[in-house]
Amino acid sequence: MLIKKAEEIKSSEITDKKFYVSRRTFMRGLTLAATTTATGLLYRSFTRQGEQGQAGEKIDGVQSAPEIAQLDEAKTSYQDITHYNNFYEFTTNKERVAEAAQRFITRPWAVEVGGLVHKPKVFDIDEILRISPPEERVYRHRCVEAWSMVIPWVGFSLARLLDAVQPMSQAKYVAFQSLADPKQMPNVRTDILDWPYVEGLRLDEAMHPLAILAIGLYGETLPPQNGAPLRLVVPWKYGFKSIKSIVKINLVDSEPPTTWNLANPREYGFYSNVNPNVNHPRWSQARERRIGEYGLRPTLLFNGYADRVAHLYEGMDLRVNF
Amino acid sequence: MKDTRFARFVIFVNSLVPLALLLWDALNKRLGANPSEFAIRTTGVLALVFLILSLAVTPIRKSLALAWMIKFRRMLGLYGFFYVCIHLMTYIWFDKFFDAGAIIEDVAKRPFITVGMASFLILIPLAVTSTQNMIKRLGGKRWNRLHRAAYVAAAGGVVHYYMLVKADTREPVAFGIALALLLGYRIVNKYFPRWTQRQPARAQAGSR
Repeated sequence: MLIKKAEEIKSSEITDKKFYVSRRTFMRGLTLAATTTATGLLYRSFTRQGEQGQAGEKIDGVQSAPEIAQLDEAKTSYQDITHYNNFYEFTTNKERVAEAAQRFITRPWAVEVGGLVHKPKVFDIDEILRISPPEERVYRHRCVEAWSMVIPWVGFSLARLLDAVQPMSQAKYVAFQSLADPKQMPNVRTDILDWPYVEGLRLDEAMHPLAILAIGLYGETLPPQNGAPLRLVVPWKYGFKSIKSIVKINLVDSEPPTTWNLANPREYGFYSNVNPNVNHPRWSQARERRIGEYGLRPTLLFNGYADRVAHLYEGMDLRVNF
Repeated sequence: MKDTRFARFVIFVNSLVPLALLLWDALNKRLGANPSEFAIRTTGVLALVFLILSLAVTPIRKSLALAWMIKFRRMLGLYGFFYVCIHLMTYIWFDKFFDAGAIIEDVAKRPFITVGMASFLILIPLAVTSTQNMIKRLGGKRWNRLHRAAYVAAAGGVVHYYMLVKADTREPVAFGIALALLLGYRIVNKYFPRWTQRQPARAQAGSR
């Protein structure tokens, strides 16, 4: 039997009178502790930072950056580049894209390149990786939301891929399309944007040596949240032009539709070149927050690439063609 | 509940928990890649939450006949104003770095900031007249009429949030629905109080 006899209960085990009397105080303390814990947990569940994302794999034989893609600015940390993303197919919460895309499958992966080309072809991702040796490309990345990063991409000129399919003379634009898989991408089941995500460039923009297809960053393959396995990077345009997880590239003869322009034509134009003098209706584009820095920096025309790309837009009114 | 002093103390302390955690995370550099954006967004959402909680007091009190709930309304409303002030301060500091010209330009040119600022201005007289003394000085009727503006300010906050998001409007829409339900209750209650109010037990017995 476990029931103790009275004489077995030590005097030290008897509840002290002062605690007995202050039962009310104790209950109140408990109430306070329980409610504040609950409130704290509620706050945490609504504001939590996402879990760590999938890690990349080392890419062999990455060549150092060509002169055009060198940049004497501090690189943004790998953690920030990979845990602060806009990838609306997964979630609109930038801190949680890495978590939401953890199980994204990027192999096998095929990219269909066609339209006005002499040699249309469905490329396997491994064939694309063989088109041109991977190079490091250190670019500024400027989001339309007025934040920016410096990212050491790994990739190669988009022109190399376009050369491989031989565009016809009628081809004037390049249209890109992202994967839209409702099974893997929760927001594709919603109508917050028209899916699949589509983007476009004029052919001369696409052929510019700065425009790349990125396959990695910091010497490793792209994690899903950054657009694995293959994404566009056009450093002189706002980030949303640099379409992620590409499955289709089409050469066309007229300006292709682009997702953000379809969603809000007043705010997002086809060109969307970084331009501190053309305000977004909802926020100024004159300054930007470089992730990891305190304070703001002035935004540079064409994101600091004016000397290399301004000639593409000679004679165009950039306020009209925003 | 006759004595609401302890309950009010519990609400008072709980309402500070989000701010305490926000500051704690900021000190420990756990606000993510863009701490300013995180702080501005979080304090803005908290402001809306408290404004809506304060507006929920009267419908809950009337529909459930919990007269003592009224004792929480002023504090919740003032916490709403408190978080609005912190929200505004984080914006002035970490988004504008005290650049008055940039702030004026924002208020003048960006409708979502104009709406947000207007809602803040509406809340000032409400906060000022929240004391017992001011209720007496204004008289219950006038005070009530003035404080209906709380709905305008909260609606302004929801619109401010809605205009800010680029595409995913689900969260501001949810706040809007909550606010519309509360306002709907007040309107129905004005014309058909018998549908919306439960009489306190004592009053029911007395009326027989």
